[in-house]
Amino acid sequence: MSAAAKQSRGVWALAWTRLKADRVGMVCLWIVAAFMVLVVLTAMDVIAGNWQKEIGVPNAPPHIVGPMPPEAVGAIEVPKGPNVDLSDIDPLAPRYAEWEAAASKYKTEEITRAETLPLGADRLGRDILQKVLKGAEVSIVVGLLAALVATFIGTLLGAVSGFFGGKIGDLLEWVYNVFTAIPSILLIFAFAVIFGRGVMSVVLILGLTGWTGIYRLVRAEFMKHRQRDYVRSAEAIGASSASRMFKHILPNVSHVALVQLSLHVVSFIKSEVILSYLGLGVSVDQVSWGTMLSEAQSELILGYWWQLAAVTVTMAVFVTAFALFTDALRDALDPKLRGLE
Amino acid sequence: MTAYLIRRLWQMVPTLLGVVLLVFFLFKFFGGDPAEILGGLAATEEQINAIRDQLGLNEPWWVQLGIFLKQIVTFDWGKSWATNEPVAQLFMSRMPATLTVMVPILLLEVLLAIPLAMGVAYVRGSLTDRAVMISTTIAVSISLLVYVIVFQYFFAFRLGWFPVQGWSDSFWTNLTTYTPLPVIVVSLVALAPQTRLYRSFFLDELGHDYVRTARAKGLPEKTVLMKHVLRNALIPIMTNVSVLLPGVFVGSVLIEVFFSIPGLGREILLAVNRSDYPVIQAFAIYLAAITMLVNLITDLLYSLVDPRVVLK
Repeated sequence: MSAAAKQSRGVWALAWTRLKADRVGMVCLWIVAAFMVLVVLTAMDVIAGNWQKEIGVPNAPPHIVGPMPPEAVGAIEVPKGPNVDLSDIDPLAPRYAEWEAAASKYKTEEITRAETLPLGADRLGRDILQKVLKGAEVSIVVGLLAALVATFIGTLLGAVSGFFGGKIGDLLEWVYNVFTAIPSILLIFAFAVIFGRGVMSVVLILGLTGWTGIYRLVRAEFMKHRQRDYVRSAEAIGASSASRMFKHILPNVSHVALVQLSLHVVSFIKSEVILSYLGLGVSVDQVSWGTMLSEAQSELILGYWWQLAAVTVTMAVFVTAFALFTDALRDALDPKLRGLE
Repeated sequence: MTAYLIRRLWQMVPTLLGVVLLVFFLFKFFGGDPAEILGGLAATEEQINAIRDQLGLNEPWWVQLGIFLKQIVTFDWGKSWATNEPVAQLFMSRMPATLTVMVPILLLEVLLAIPLAMGVAYVRGSLTDRAVMISTTIAVSISLLVYVIVFQYFFAFRLGWFPVQGWSDSFWTNLTTYTPLPVIVVSLVALAPQTRLYRSFFLDELGHDYVRTARAKGLPEKTVLMKHVLRNALIPIMTNVSVLLPGVFVGSVLIEVFFSIPGLGREILLAVNRSDYPVIQAFAIYLAAITMLVNLITDLLYSLVDPRVVLK
């Protein structure tokens, strides 16, 4: 917050002071911030830029497990007898020298594939550590963008509906009723048929179907504030409807939207995992936590547990930290609610 | 009561109409061309035009909306594009499998969460309470997908306690052989958030004056909890269950796909993957209607549970 906000001890400055006093909340904030730095770095290809490179042997185990025993790779026993010289009966023998000379014109690159990798490799030999980082980028970006879209739609419609009421309010209530009448998974599927696959599609699908809860809360807040004295005073000095809605009321209810935003990030990240597993999520040339988990299912049956473990732990750390941070944020912004849930 | 019922049913009409319009225009203006999907890649110009004629796609949109409305009112959805099965029949034949899995899940998770939440709320602030709250927070952060994968691997594949997946024609075989694993996985996973939520309901009630009064006049703790607190806390719990109920009819798509259960959820996903519009549209509208009826029934139940609620 800016220095001016600190002087007047505005609601945000007070909230920040309360948040700083919450130890769990602050630790979670640092974890979330660390993930955000990772997301930015992977997005700029600074790290995990070549996650698609097959640098390990297929299903290479993590370092702590050690390399796979050679039997598992299927080595054939080397024959023991003497090497018979076949050159006098081999019809191709005269041309070997010629071919060798031709072949020497081309450079062959020897790729040595690692036996073990820090977190192991998937069935193509791609580094799971890099995949998890790249997957985190896609999953977190999807969650954040979708939550932003949903919060934007919900706040805008909720503000209009709550502020104006009347015919417009009724119309928006009708739209809300229609969207909530259709079970959410069906609504998501119906939008998925239309938008197809890909990161932006998932963002739109989740954002366009997930705004209803936010709309309801913001609408209630606007209805409450619309009649407050400060809004009526603003009207008396000639503030326009738009100015009253977005300059006067919105800052006073934005904490509701902010908490909802961060609640939705978590739920959308989880939705992305399920959608990707069902084949409606990100496309095949991308990697997300969801696509990794769906690969992990068949790997687990063969005993290759590392991809599943890596994704589960990374996702659990991020989601837990984000959820606890959201709780701390809500407590800081609305101290009345502390300890209820 | 009758007047209330009639008015509520009447209020459903505009919402249902909105659902119909949303579904219709979503697919009409944003979806692909049905004739091209039906005709396939090798279809000639004439074939596509013939299909357009047959489906009425060459008519103006209001005529098409009329056809669509007529289909809804007469329950005649025509046939699935992919399997040529009548859509209504498809819906009815997939429903039992979904209910066989989802009803036990709902019962189990609610019936387990209520005593658990009450217990945790009663010892609020203690080590047990904090341990339960922390472990549920972490448990919730792991994707349902992970639980399903791991449970299936250990209990079905490794230990062989349950079949890995499958379904039969007999209700009893299904209920005793094929449903236990998905039911156990999903209800255990759902238990964590449910317990957290119900705990907050119980905490809310425990702080009220009537609880203090009941204790002050010397009622045993058992009576206070079971009679006074539980009955009051049941009202928000019922609201929560009514939110979950419509999900029962859709079925958890993930569970049905994962365990190969031939229910509604899997059928919807199949329809989505095949761009089978009639099936998706019909399911959306039927399920919206069912959702609204369930909400009405919950509202009626409120007045039975809580005499203070007056239907008007």
